[in-house]
Amino acid sequence: MPPSEPMIVFDGVEKRFGDHVVLSELDLTVAPGEHVTLIGPSGSGKTTILRLLMCLESVNAGTISVGGSYLSHMERRGQLVPADEKHSREVRKRIGMVFQQFNLFPNMTVRGNLIEAPTRVLGLSKDEANARAVELLDLVGLGEKIDAHPAQLSGGQQQRVAIARALAMRPDVLLLDEVTSALDPELVAGVLALLRDIGETTDITILCVTHEMGFARDFSHRVMMFDGGRVIEDAPPEQLFGDPRHERTRTFLRAIVGQ
Amino acid sequence: MVWDWGYAWTILPELLGALVVTIEITLLGSVVALLLGLVIAVIRRARIPVLDTVVWAFVEFVRSTPLLVQVFFLYFVLPRFGIVLGAFAVGVIGLGVHYATYTSEVYRAGIEAVPRGQWEAAAALSLPPSRVWTGVVLPQAVPRVLPALGNYVISMFKEVPLLLGIGVIEVVNKAKELSSDTFRPIEPYTIAGLLFLALSLPASILVRRLERRRAAI
Repeated sequence: MPPSEPMIVFDGVEKRFGDHVVLSELDLTVAPGEHVTLIGPSGSGKTTILRLLMCLESVNAGTISVGGSYLSHMERRGQLVPADEKHSREVRKRIGMVFQQFNLFPNMTVRGNLIEAPTRVLGLSKDEANARAVELLDLVGLGEKIDAHPAQLSGGQQQRVAIARALAMRPDVLLLDEVTSALDPELVAGVLALLRDIGETTDITILCVTHEMGFARDFSHRVMMFDGGRVIEDAPPEQLFGDPRHERTRTFLRAIVGQ
Repeated sequence: MVWDWGYAWTILPELLGALVVTIEITLLGSVVALLLGLVIAVIRRARIPVLDTVVWAFVEFVRSTPLLVQVFFLYFVLPRFGIVLGAFAVGVIGLGVHYATYTSEVYRAGIEAVPRGQWEAAAALSLPPSRVWTGVVLPQAVPRVLPALGNYVISMFKEVPLLLGIGVIEVVNKAKELSSDTFRPIEPYTIAGLLFLALSLPASILVRRLERRRAAI
């Protein structure tokens, strides 16, 4: 893939739940290695974007591509048809996601969580996957917890393991869905520091939904303000936070800061 | 009519022999119920087209008709279509299939109790559906429904005497046979009842203990 080609493309995407339009005519492009933060009031559609990328939802109209391949659709006899489960799974291998609620598998150890997908999906040997797990746990500062069960870890530790689990797939794209919202305040900084570190040391494309505006400001290359299923402002963080153009953005930022 | 200890002792070995048959049918029937119930629950939850509807109809049918009718059907009707099963096999299949419709509901509840985030995390890691079930969902769903499954195994054990209708020599049938041979019903039926009690009661206590331990986690 030439470097100029975008990593993520939403082309005229529409998503409805019944009569409720969550995303309308959304065009969105993210370059490889870019860090984009999505902000906006709840229900504005930002989390839906991550869920669409994870194929946890499907589009009602428009297309989504990742790394030059259609994610929402596939080509069959020259026609574009909705992707089947297998096709989605194939493209989705390039995308990792970290959830608000961590969602570690409680029936497995930390090691089990980390080697599960690399062995089952990427076909790595146990030894290779294990080496990768050890390396990533060191990166997230939890090397000694490799044989612990998720229930024995704090929320912050669980989230670090969840980040390591996503990275173990060597994704091109990492989706972060309010990853610090469920954490106790004193644990937030550690997780954000880890994400900054990952942002600086890797060239992974990162799409992030967060309410941590300080983090959004220094982590992102670009911030998108969502409201009512549309991007109403799309700018570098200095501009969006420093000199927002849109009244809705100003109101939203004031409300967030006021909290 | 008074209790005759001597007579009671002489019939005990025969009743114990029949109890072995009862236990065998219960255990084999449980294997059928626990495996088939799981298959039914997974098919229904995975919403496999057509198969899902077929399974639904089958479950409703089995649950809405008496077990005895099903057993008679297997034993007396199927041979007319060339399928001849022995009484023991009919007992295992009849009880197993009947209870599978109940255990499938138990499994369903266990599967529903697995948080949605677990499915989503498994999907996010692109795990294939078979592995999502065997690696993530079932290992979380099954342990929490073990007590409920245990209760159905105990219920099944107590329903084995129904098979006297097709001539299986289980405990109650044996007791009936003994009492009509000797015209003494009191010892055979009392012992039969006590044998069930002697197994059901400890089993129930065990299940309740398991329930409490799970609740404590």
